[in-house]
Amino acid sequence: MEYNISKNGTYSVIMLEGEVDLYCSPDARKIILKELKKGDDMLIDLSKVSYIDSSGIACLVEGYQVANKNEIKFALLGVSQGAMNVLKLARLDNVFTIYNSFDDIK
Amino acid sequence: MEDTPIALIKNLTTHYDDVEILSDINLHVNTNEILVIMGGSGSGKSTLLRHMLGLNQPTSGDVELFGQDLKSMRMQDLCNLRQKIGVSFQGGALFNSMTVGENIILPLKEHTKLDDKTMQIMMRIKLEVVNLAGFENLMPDQLSGGMIKRVALARAIIMDPALLFFDEPSAGLDPVVSAELDELILTLKGAMNMSIVVVTHEIESAMKIADRIAVLDKGKLVQIGTKEEIRNSDHPRVRMLINRIPENIQPDSDEYMERLTRENNI
Repeated sequence: MEYNISKNGTYSVIMLEGEVDLYCSPDARKIILKELKKGDDMLIDLSKVSYIDSSGIACLVEGYQVANKNEIKFALLGVSQGAMNVLKLARLDNVFTIYNSFDDIK
Repeated sequence: MEDTPIALIKNLTTHYDDVEILSDINLHVNTNEILVIMGGSGSGKSTLLRHMLGLNQPTSGDVELFGQDLKSMRMQDLCNLRQKIGVSFQGGALFNSMTVGENIILPLKEHTKLDDKTMQIMMRIKLEVVNLAGFENLMPDQLSGGMIKRVALARAIIMDPALLFFDEPSAGLDPVVSAELDELILTLKGAMNMSIVVVTHEIESAMKIADRIAVLDKGKLVQIGTKEEIRNSDHPRVRMLINRIPENIQPDSDEYMERLTRENNI
């Protein structure tokens, strides 16, 4: 898994790339939780994620929970079909705020 | 060129003592396929499953999973390979001294270094998937048969296996719960790209979930094909299974008497 952190407006954008599985999701978790400490609104860009498993989804859930507790906006961006299938299976597709692109963010 | 099958069985023959249980079985499981292994009681279905998991050694023949021959694998490699496999056993095989949640999390604790919070969320996600949200603190003896099957399934899929084995998902369940499990199996295939091997004697369930069906009878693979091919089969044993026709064997008198009397020299 590769990652990249950038800024877009008020959002801190974490782009995850490749496979987010049992072996690298601990890294994804650390990155997300560390970035959330800065207090910026957060977008997790999943458009380049080829595969995400339950451990990756669990990291997103924890990030969402921490963000909510600290009144930080937390949303997903460019969710691929594969990732969406996993979110739907866990019935999380209606829990997360999901944007197709930056243009959809108001 | 076709993809390498996720599971491949070549000329598998096995015995319990002198009794031949499986005879020259050849079959494969494709990636993202649901293969249903059907047959009556004692047809060798569960034995075949145990061989596919590398739990039993065959008399002859080979089993390959993910392109690797189980017979020639070192124990550590076999352990690593099994992390890509989930198994939901017929009776659930839950640890009665552990809560539902502890049972489901166990494979993660044994095989990963995930943070405890991640594991807890994963366990709760799987409970949501099997429609048992909030049951994590119950003990197995507080669950119904259908719930035990679903907890066993949640544990089998906790590591998001590429290959899932499900032994008799419908056995002992009412038709509604059974249908729910069928739906769940189809959902898992679609959402997680799993390859799934289901062992069952329930023809209705097989016809609903299978991409292909393998029919076993007395340890022999009598037919393998699509649902349509099985439905339209003219093989007498397959027709008996589909039409639920009881077997009426007329024993040879001499053989029968020999069987009845040989053990204790009556």
